[in-house]
Amino acid sequence: MSEDTSLKTTPLTGLWQGMGGRMVPFAGYLMPVQFPEGVMKEHVWTREKCGLFDVSHMGPAFLKLNDASLTGDAAHAAIAALVETILPCDVAGLAPGQLRYTTLPNATGGVLDDLFVGRPRADADQGTLYFVVNAGCKEQDFAIIAAACAGKATLTRADDRALIAVQGPKAVDAIGNVGDGPKRLGFMEFVTVKGPFGEVVVSRSGYTGEDGFEVLIAADKAEAFVRTLLATAHVKAIGLGARDSLRLEAGLCLYGHDLDETTSPIEAGLAWTIQKVRRERADFPGAARILKELVEKPARKRVGLLPKDKAPAREGAEIRNLAGEKVGMVTSGGYGPSVGGPIAIGYVDLAFATVGTELDLIVRDQPRRWVVAPLPFVPHNYHRKG
Amino acid sequence: MTTKYTKDHEWVSVSGDIATCGITAYAAEQLGDVVFVELPNVGRIVSQGDEVAVVESVKAASDVYAPVSGEVVDVNEALAETPEGVNEAAETTGWFTKLKLTDPAELDALMDRAAYDTYLAGL
Repeated sequence: MSEDTSLKTTPLTGLWQGMGGRMVPFAGYLMPVQFPEGVMKEHVWTREKCGLFDVSHMGPAFLKLNDASLTGDAAHAAIAALVETILPCDVAGLAPGQLRYTTLPNATGGVLDDLFVGRPRADADQGTLYFVVNAGCKEQDFAIIAAACAGKATLTRADDRALIAVQGPKAVDAIGNVGDGPKRLGFMEFVTVKGPFGEVVVSRSGYTGEDGFEVLIAADKAEAFVRTLLATAHVKAIGLGARDSLRLEAGLCLYGHDLDETTSPIEAGLAWTIQKVRRERADFPGAARILKELVEKPARKRVGLLPKDKAPAREGAEIRNLAGEKVGMVTSGGYGPSVGGPIAIGYVDLAFATVGTELDLIVRDQPRRWVVAPLPFVPHNYHRKG
Repeated sequence: MTTKYTKDHEWVSVSGDIATCGITAYAAEQLGDVVFVELPNVGRIVSQGDEVAVVESVKAASDVYAPVSGEVVDVNEALAETPEGVNEAAETTGWFTKLKLTDPAELDALMDRAAYDTYLAGL
């Protein structure tokens, strides 16, 4: 197999190749899908200790208000008003240092991407927002954000830096390497700190269901940072294979699979990402459909699925009711190493979305009995303050 | 007992007219952690190259092809409970099926160990 030279690399690609990472194309980047230990062990290690993931393919960016005369809360209010024309979450209401998970809806209430948006903590940084969007959507998202703010705010991409996720119950020990500040963060808070690896943006967030951090760091400091963490007893490099099984167990949506331009945030179970103040104002793209579904219930809903036997069902598997009629489709399916068996996420007609409902998933033309199960499959282990 | 190999990384070990079939250690390593194996019903007649079993890793499902034609006379039921047996001993206790050969001449076209090792070295 020849390596596709059109693939982009990250500041850590060489390190992963040297460590025996099995490199595969992912969203236009050459990324490690697994290391020699394999997905199963990497997954379990992350749940029990601390896994380190290269997520530099994703799209971090900063959006800064052009009008420098505005400061503090006024500056934040101004930048929030700009992006609330395209996002359905309460950006204005973000506390300094707070991060929110949200969607980028289209005019018909489908989802163009799911992303994080944050308000910096420092007084000097008010009027700036921090974004992290999906790798496969970043050109589109950045164009939409820039267009919504044209002439009023400037988007600066940060995807030339490295973005490193440090996830698991021991992540809080590992993060001490960039300074003490990040240890004091609560779930979905972030801070910019200066330390031995220069200026880094650290958020207490991730996509594994575990406590953890995501670190945005200069490209030329990334390898030294990663090597420092990997030299500690509890940290191992983990590939994208385990990242996917961890997020699936955590019941989190993978864009392009569990979310797409036809899926509404309500169908996806993401109503919680649209705060009350935005529902009342109903002023975001797709609000008509999204708010209607919120009141009247959507026609279909995202559910967890567990099998009665041991055969995994994969994305695309048809879901039928016990009368043999098609009632949905699997959008993510695989094996949950911490669950100890196959797990799947899919969309089913509302009448079949109740936990405990028995359904048939069609695997290689054979119906196999599965049961609608609550999400997440593995309890979240976030560090919530309070 | 002769053991032969296919380009799709199946092995077949022949004793009399019974061929024990499985996937090679190389294939198992490439698949990663095996979590499920779907085996054919005993009595099924397969032709060389037919999909005879499915092996699933955490990430994906892969077809396993019949290295030779024959009738399925036994399957490795132990893999239903312990699919990780494929990773542990792919070329011995991790076998998938036993086939009663219908065309032993098919074996001649398969690779011997030395040829398979050369083939692997070229991948």
